[in-house]
Order: sequence, then structure tokens, then C-alpha cells
Amino acid sequence: MSTVPNTEDLATSKSAAAIDRAKEQGRAALIGYLPAGFPSVEDTIAAGIALAENGADLIEIGIPYSDPVMDGQVIQAATTEALANGFHVRQVFDVVAGITSKTDAAVLVMTYWNPVARMGVDEFSRRLAEAGGAGLITPDLIPDEAAEWMAASDKYGLDRVFLVAPSSSPERMRRTVEASRGFVYAVSIMGVTGARASVSTAAEDVVAAAHAAGAERVCVGLGVSTAEHVREIAAYADGVIVGTALVAAIRDGGVDAVASLTKDLSTGLTREEA
Amino acid sequence: MVRLMVDAPAAGSDESAVDAFLQGGQSLRHAPGPYFGSYGGRWMPESLIAALDELESTFENAKADPEFIAQIADLNKSYSGRPSLLTEAKRFAEHAGGVRVFLKREDLNHTGSHKINNVLGQALLAKRMGKTRIIAETGAGQHGVASATAAALLGLECVVYMGAEDCRRQALNVARMELLGATVIPVTNGSQTLKDAINEALRDWVANVDHTHYLLGTAAGAHPFPAMVRYFHEVIGEEARAQILAQTGQLPDAVCACIGGGSNAIGIFHGFLDDPSVKIYGFEAGGDGVETGRHAATITLGKPGVLHGARSYLMQDDDGQTIESHSISAGLDYPGVGPEHSYLADIGRVSYEPITDSEAMEAFRLLCRTEGIIPAIESAHALAGAIKVGQRLAAEDTEGKAAEKIVLVNLSGRGDKDVATAADWFNLLDKDSPEAEIAKEGEQL
Repeated sequence: MSTVPNTEDLATSKSAAAIDRAKEQGRAALIGYLPAGFPSVEDTIAAGIALAENGADLIEIGIPYSDPVMDGQVIQAATTEALANGFHVRQVFDVVAGITSKTDAAVLVMTYWNPVARMGVDEFSRRLAEAGGAGLITPDLIPDEAAEWMAASDKYGLDRVFLVAPSSSPERMRRTVEASRGFVYAVSIMGVTGARASVSTAAEDVVAAAHAAGAERVCVGLGVSTAEHVREIAAYADGVIVGTALVAAIRDGGVDAVASLTKDLSTGLTREEA
Repeated sequence: MVRLMVDAPAAGSDESAVDAFLQGGQSLRHAPGPYFGSYGGRWMPESLIAALDELESTFENAKADPEFIAQIADLNKSYSGRPSLLTEAKRFAEHAGGVRVFLKREDLNHTGSHKINNVLGQALLAKRMGKTRIIAETGAGQHGVASATAAALLGLECVVYMGAEDCRRQALNVARMELLGATVIPVTNGSQTLKDAINEALRDWVANVDHTHYLLGTAAGAHPFPAMVRYFHEVIGEEARAQILAQTGQLPDAVCACIGGGSNAIGIFHGFLDDPSVKIYGFEAGGDGVETGRHAATITLGKPGVLHGARSYLMQDDDGQTIESHSISAGLDYPGVGPEHSYLADIGRVSYEPITDSEAMEAFRLLCRTEGIIPAIESAHALAGAIKVGQRLAAEDTEGKAAEKIVLVNLSGRGDKDVATAADWFNLLDKDSPEAEIAKEGEQL
């Protein structure tokens, strides 16, 4: 398989490299989320490119799924519409390839586990690597159930981004950090995706716990929607993840709105103390 | 948990692999989870893992606590009305090949079905964890009503998630839950059915896990739910085993139950899984017929996947998206199934077969007219299956001993809730009556 990286490549993580480039510039990384196929596959590619051109270092492409238990109303509505429009899982590879062929951003896929399991973990991983994808963010896959994914991600040199939460015990924090590659996704709040007025103070504690457990890169998501939120989180985290606000932007204003929101969000990335 | 000692008949099962397994001294009855073969596990957001751990340890401690065991036993006896009866259905049996048919009368429990066993157990666990609020999902409303009942009894706040479409069709069950003090929240996202109600309950749980217990209604979901829900329903199988031995002096030849998520079934199966001579059957909802695509025959036609926290058989498309199920019985209308059933299917210990809406409704009418018992439409699937099993036993009989064969059926619920649906099915209503209008909407009075 031409896409199988050699052992040396396994040590390099596309996500880690993107976060480290931001770090070298004295700032946190910006990670933007868009659901594939909303409102169309072409729009997702164009919006992904706009994200990268306006300050996003990493891009998360979500696979629309029938039972998204970690998503709030805005993302549910978007992914339901994408499915109603006939989105197929295999099209996520077109989206990833469409963005990686035009930008330097690291592109991850965020997916509930069943679509990956249905295609076959190895097959899915191979196609993601071929499309130039960086790895997977897995909101309903914990390391305890991830044996197949650990093997496939090693085989194809993909990042595996697991989540840690305010409720994670120190022992689970340690094991999850150990199993992750690229970065660790710190859930800022006990809840689902969706814009909130303020970012939970729990986020800083989760990031500190993940760093203490050995994570080199910890990014914060859930409820982050404004440049002010970004500024707050950039002070202590390695990256800031914005989802719902971008989905609302593409819904209401198309690709142009995604570009201008990204530009605005990115103003919050520079660490004042740094 | 004491089992009566009897000389089990020589193994007559065709499933030699299962026989070898059981005769090797291994037990199938108490599978602890988290895995049942390659099924089960915890396919859940990390945010909920701590709550699942807390639930698991609370459950394990409770099982070892005589005070908890006594509390459950007391509620079962003085509140639910256990033990439920075992009734021989002699006139019904004439239509089942002339074998003997016995009904385990879960329909006689308080709230009218087996559901009460599980909700009382879990609500007590919620109290032990210091939680003040329970949430539940419901399809037609049976589990929602049972949860609201347990919450009222034990002084817990109760919120029930129900698909908006189901709320409209089941307005009387919504009213029942509200009478019992629960809040019913209509779920308007996704397909607006039971699976979406579960999704919404999980979202609530993530946000409120500090003080909230998710009282899942079936033997599915993430560990420890499948093993825990089975535990609270094991009383069905244990009572039934002792009762059939007391009443007939022998074990049944076959045990039949209906399967949606599979909680009543795993409860009665538990009593007989380690008896190689007892054949066990689970009857899934075949809807309009499995060839039509409009059914809920998850094990018969599904493929393994993950949904709502467990790996199990699942109705899904080639992309891994969940397919909507269809059944005249709201309680069986679920595209997933408990992981222990998937395992029991794979190893051949339990046979799972589909029963169509028509077959179920014929059995429903037959039980009404031969025994004076109106069954839940869910349970009518088990009755229809029992007719087939009885006829097969009679056909296989070469010694003229069909009348000595015994089929045990779990009559998991009563059919009062299904009267309007049945009246509509059998054209019993004046076309212009308000009841006919209600029945058209699916209301189950």
C-alpha cells in the first residue's frame, strides 16, 4: 500500500505539526469544525479552504450521522439536512482531499463510530490517509474500545484524538492521554455542542489535568463561539476549537460568513503574556 | 436465587455446541458484562464514563447488600404484586398443536407489564447514589409511565423524553405520566421516535449527570445497563422456573418471549439458559413482513454495529446510519437490540424469528377469545411464536406425546393500552365515531 508510511513518518503527526507551527508564532492554534455536505459537499470544501486562508490551523470535518448524541440543536439540524440531501460517508474523503489539495491546514475527520465500523476500520483509515487526512476525532469512542483503531491509525500514520472531560478520573485522564496522538480534545463543559454565553471555568482545570497527565497538546472545544472566548482559552490551551458558531455562519451567510468569522476568531489567538 | 433441584430430561437440543458449553460446567445465566462475546461494551462519550463507573459500583455493592435485596423483594411483593401468576392456557393451546401452554403473567403486575421490575430497581439505585432526578425515554409510553410511577413512589423528580409524533399518538399516556408528576418533553429532532428520545435523554444526562440518573428502559445501552436491567428482570425467569416445576413436575420444552430491546425476554430466558433441554425462542417484530423492509427484526436482518453505547445487531444502511424500524407494537419498534441477545443468537442458544403484525394480531384475538385475557400487542408476538413452536413440537412428535409437551410464554404486558389499535385493526369501530378518529392516529387507550 503506497500510503503506508515508513516508521519515521509515524513519529510525525500532521495535527501536532500544525499546532507547533502556531506555537512558534507565539499563539494558540485555531481549529474550525464544519459538517460535510452542509449545505453541499462543494460548499464544505470551499468553506474549509476559507477557514484555512483566514486563520484556521486545523480543520475538523464532521460526518453527518443519524444519532449524534454529543451534538446540540444547530449541528443536529445541519447534519440532518446533509443526510436528507443524500450525503454518503465516502464523500467525506472528497471533502478532505478537496481541502488538503489547496491548503496546508491539517484536516481531521470528526465522526461517531458506527459509520467507521460499518465501512471497516482499516478501509476507512486507508482512504482517509489517501485523501491527505490527518486523523480522527472520536466523540463516542473511548480508548477502552479502540483496539482496531489503534492498530489502523498506527498502520496509516493517522492521529487519534480522544476526548477528556471535567468528569474524567485521573486514571482515565492518564490512559486517554497515553492513547492519543496529535492532541487531546478537552471538553470544556458537561454538555453537548452549542454556543454558550461564556466558557466554563472547568475548561482550564481539564487542560491543566491533561497537561499534568503528560499531554503535550491540549485543545479546548464545546461552547466556544467568539473571539473573546478564543482569547480566554488561548491563555492556557494549545488550541481552540470552534464548531457551532461556524455552522451557524455557513447556514446564514455561506462561505463568506465563514471567512469573516474565522478572521475575527483568529484575532483572539495571540497570548497576551506570550 | 435458589433453584429447585430436578432431574433435567436428557439433552434433546439440536445445538450440540451449546450443550457442550453447558455440560462443560459453564453458565450462561449470569454473564456479567461488559462484553457478551464480541457484543456490549461502552461506546459512549468520555463525559459519561464516570457516571457509568459510579452506577456499576453502586449496582455491584447493592447486589451484595442484604438490605437492598430485601428492599427489592418487599417492593416486588407489596407494591408490584409479585410473584406474578403462572396460568395454563388450555383453550388457547388447542391452536398450538395440542401441547400444553403456560403464560407467565407479567401483565398482572402493577402498571401492567414487566417494566415495573426494572424501574423500581434502578430508582432505588438512583437514591443510593444520592441522585434526586431521573430521566427516561419512552416510545408508546409504557416505560415512561413505569418510570413516573417509581419516581412518585420514591420521591424523585422525573423527566421523560418522548418523540413528538409518539406524544401526539399517545396523548393518554402523556396524561398518565403527568398525573404521576412527571414532565414529558416532546423530542422533535431526527426521526422523532424512540431512538431519538434515547439520544435526547443521553444529551440531558451529559449535562446533568451530577444529580441525574438515566433510567434506561431496556436491556441495551452501555455497560452496566444490559447486565443490570437483566438482573432486575431475572425474577421473572426464577419464578417461572419454580412455578412450572411445581405445577407440572418438569421443565418446559420451549420458552417464548417477544424482543424489542429484549428486557422481558432476557428476564425469563435467564431462568432456563443453563437447561440444555429447554429450547428458547425470541420473537422480533416482523412488521409488514421482513421482505418489505418495514419491520423491526433486528437480529434476523440487522448487522453488528454500535448504537446507544453498545455493540450489537443493528438495523443500519451501508453507511452505518440507523434505519427506522416499523411495527404495530410501539414497544418492539426499536432498530437495536440488547447485546446479550446478539451473543445468544450467535452461539445458537436462542432462536430469533420474526412475527408479522398480522400474525401477532391473530394471536392477540385468539388469546382474548380463548382465555379471556387481553394481551399487550408486544406479548402477542410471543403468543404467535408459541403457536408455531407448539405446532412444530406436535409435528416432530412420533410417540403420541404432544399433549405432554410444554411451551412457556412470557405474557409481558396487558393490552388495555392497545384496545384502540386492535379495534381499528379488526374494524370494530363505527367509522364516524370519535374512537375511530383516535385509533387512526394510533392512540392506545
